[in-house]
Amino acid sequence: MADLDVPQSKSRDLDKLLLRPGNLVGPDFDPGTELRDDMREYVRILVVGAGGLGCELLKDLALSGFSNLDVIDMDRIEVTNLNRQFLFRLEDVGKPKAEVAAKRVMERVSGVKIVPHFSRIEDKEIEFYNDFSIIALGLDSIEARRYINGVACGFLEYDEDDTPRRETMKPMVDGGTEGFKGHARVIVPGVTPCFECTIWLFPPQVKFPLCTLAETPRNAAHCIEYAHLIKWPEVHGGKSFDPDEPEHMKWVYDEAIKRAELFGIPGVTYSLTQGVVKNIIPAIASTNAIISAACTLETLKIVSGCSKTLANYLTYNGGEGLHTKVTEFVRDKECLVCGPGILIELDTSITLQKFIEMLEEHPKLLLSKASVKHGKNSLYMQAPPVLEEMHRPNLSKPLYDLMGRVQKDTIHVFGTALKNEEKQSSLTKLRVVFKGADGVADMDTAIGA
Amino acid sequence: MSEPKTKYDRQLRIWGELGQAALEDASICLLNCGPTGSEALKNLVLGGVGSFTIVDGSKVEIGDLGNNFMVDDTSVGQSKAKSACAFLQELNDAVKAKFIEENPVTLINKNPSFFSQFTLVIATQLVEDSMVKLDRICREANVKLVFVRSYGLAGFVRVSVKEHTIIDSKPDHFLDDLRLNNPWPELRSFVETIDLNVSDPVAHKHIPYVVILVKMADEWAQSHSCNLPSTREEKREFKDLVKSKMISMDEDNYKEAMEAAFKVFAPRGISSEVQQISNDSCAEVSSNSSDFWVMVAALKEFVSNEGDGEAPLEGSIPDMTSSTELYINLQKIYQAKAEADFLVMEERVRYILKKMGRDPSSISKPTIKSFCKNARKLKVCRYRMVEDEFSNPSVTEIQKCLADEDYSGAVGFYILLRAVDRFAANYNKFPGQFDGGMDEDISRLKTTALSLLTDLGCNGTVLPDDLINEMCRFGASELHVVAAFIGGIASQEVIKLVTKQFVPMLGTYIFNGIDHKSQLLTL
Repeated sequence: MADLDVPQSKSRDLDKLLLRPGNLVGPDFDPGTELRDDMREYVRILVVGAGGLGCELLKDLALSGFSNLDVIDMDRIEVTNLNRQFLFRLEDVGKPKAEVAAKRVMERVSGVKIVPHFSRIEDKEIEFYNDFSIIALGLDSIEARRYINGVACGFLEYDEDDTPRRETMKPMVDGGTEGFKGHARVIVPGVTPCFECTIWLFPPQVKFPLCTLAETPRNAAHCIEYAHLIKWPEVHGGKSFDPDEPEHMKWVYDEAIKRAELFGIPGVTYSLTQGVVKNIIPAIASTNAIISAACTLETLKIVSGCSKTLANYLTYNGGEGLHTKVTEFVRDKECLVCGPGILIELDTSITLQKFIEMLEEHPKLLLSKASVKHGKNSLYMQAPPVLEEMHRPNLSKPLYDLMGRVQKDTIHVFGTALKNEEKQSSLTKLRVVFKGADGVADMDTAIGA
Repeated sequence: MSEPKTKYDRQLRIWGELGQAALEDASICLLNCGPTGSEALKNLVLGGVGSFTIVDGSKVEIGDLGNNFMVDDTSVGQSKAKSACAFLQELNDAVKAKFIEENPVTLINKNPSFFSQFTLVIATQLVEDSMVKLDRICREANVKLVFVRSYGLAGFVRVSVKEHTIIDSKPDHFLDDLRLNNPWPELRSFVETIDLNVSDPVAHKHIPYVVILVKMADEWAQSHSCNLPSTREEKREFKDLVKSKMISMDEDNYKEAMEAAFKVFAPRGISSEVQQISNDSCAEVSSNSSDFWVMVAALKEFVSNEGDGEAPLEGSIPDMTSSTELYINLQKIYQAKAEADFLVMEERVRYILKKMGRDPSSISKPTIKSFCKNARKLKVCRYRMVEDEFSNPSVTEIQKCLADEDYSGAVGFYILLRAVDRFAANYNKFPGQFDGGMDEDISRLKTTALSLLTDLGCNGTVLPDDLINEMCRFGASELHVVAAFIGGIASQEVIKLVTKQFVPMLGTYIFNGIDHKSQLLTL
């Protein structure tokens, strides 16, 4: 049935969606070759993570009309990645994931440019993340998701009446998998719930009580954690345990065996030891493929408007039969991260030092050891020591001056917050308004100061 | 660990050595290696499937470069099967890779016996007529079959196997087998050796909740004419009774006992699902019965004899607050009972095999053991022939779904995915496949869908115009992301079918890429 006279284009299939008008589409859909070409030319997408999801995301995006991609990952390739991270080969073991992944996709799909970043996500300037139209998350840790979410939501600005400004929204698509299950979600800061609004979706990890490990072990995992958490520091003093060091793992395994024999507990194996100590999440290729495809499809829709957008959370469960479900979660209007931010009213005379101390006592923040950033400029950094020393003179200067004597602006504070009785690193947005600066009437919403 | 074992570590944690061995034994045939087929196969090659054979007669066109990762610029004009085969082989050299440059439809029509060599066939992008023919061939040859189709933002996956029986179904949530309301003599006598009123507070807070609940259930039954709590009020009272035995607020074992109290109220005996399996006509074994049904026959006998209404004991207990000694002893009591039940089951299996004229040792000990351990979780999946579904789908299901907001998009796509094949048979192209003539295609597709609905017995049913328009807009495009999604699902189903673990989808899965309100339809 193929018509051989029709000139062919690489975007033969995609063109059907991008060039033709439709009825079940996004509100701003403007089909045509311009849309397709603009997507290629101007849209930049960042893929965070080059693991099971990241490899799939890069391939899917490259074959969905996007030509400018970046990928960031701090990890190197391991043998256990090869059952699903299809861009890597045995001879790549030890090389940076981001670099190999970028190279492989560029080799296969001509015309696509992928810039790899072999780096921790925290080591990039915040502004780095602002260069992208969309951020696609292929991560396996809650901490990393929280960080990126904080950065992306940090770009969001609100009008006087707390209406989010559209041009400052940095959409994210987020995927996650475990075995035969997974989720894909769309986060448009200010419109749909951000990661922090629905943090309860991720229950805290269950840890064994130390007294169980020390006194009443009952199963193999208890023996392993005893060897790992109690026996290792006891025997090795200051030398910290490295889960990627095979000799360390072997030592823990041997100790766990001894303990299990002592108590008559069956089931300690080397594989279980690794699983427990490294908290290994089982992962397979198919689930990663499904979830990444859903994330990429949503990316394509957000950018082009070629169809409706997922609202806003898709769960997939393929273990018992097949279940997919869409749930529309709602925003937490008071979310510290994507909400309008905590409004803080300050005197123009307040010093940075005093301001940092204030953050510690602020009931909604309880933020200690804060680093402060105003746009691209670091005002103060707690670490590393070189940078701390460099910024130290700022501490005695008024914050008003450091922020360029503007009447109001957003700043980011990063430090350790006490949440649920646990210390966690936290990045938060503040809307600072200076009293007595030009044109500001006294505000009754003032907190702090 | 050896390299292959390390390579597969993350999946061995899911399906174990047995599952992996089954995968490595499987030979897969893929029909058409567009993006849908290539992506489905990719996931299986990574997982270490034994061998695959790609059947595709087409040459790589420029358009394929935009949706298929298994071709590149240098493949244009070459055999698509050859190119995809080479790129897939790169992913895992342990897999035997083959290709045949031939149109699958020709093979279905001219050489049906070709398919009998495979464990499973993944048939992608076939039209209805070929699906029906292939389904008959594979049923006849006892080859598992998975159909996959991507079409614009829509698509489907359909498993077709006469019967798929599962021992190790690995459910997410399943009530553990503790027999708190029906303790066997050894458990009862162990419980009797423990004194809940022990004065040592450390000992008191290390009595496992199994012991607490068995004792409490007894105490309750004695004062309630041998009945266990059944009303909501009684259940609350029972929990209060447990609570009253606490001597301090930090006793985790008593907290666990209160949380697990519902296990005392759970009904005794086998579930209705297991009941249904043992009542299945296949459980009346004959000389050609499968091992599964032989074991079901033994189970049936066990339940009505030694089991006294219960299946063989699973034999494992969850972790619970306890002293090490009590926990280990309790564990041994459960294991001993499971072992005893297994021995009875084994004897029954061997006897049945002998009666059937089969070698009594033809079912291995580990298999019978696994069957006993999973006896409460057995699953039997049966699939209608595609031909039956196509000519006579459940009209009530279609109409019910069309009226339901969450299902209407998916069932609408089901009708339209079938309508486009009729359209293609009539007009020698798919609606909207080429630019121009869109309005005519829309009105023709509408008429085709309407006549299909009438043929199916859904008179008076209409599909929304928007959906029909979208279907024409899709113009038979095969988008990479949709292919990756649907191909991914297909490969997951293949893994479940081949490893005989987990439970494959029952019904026809319709992908709705517009709002992701995809559905599994039972038609």
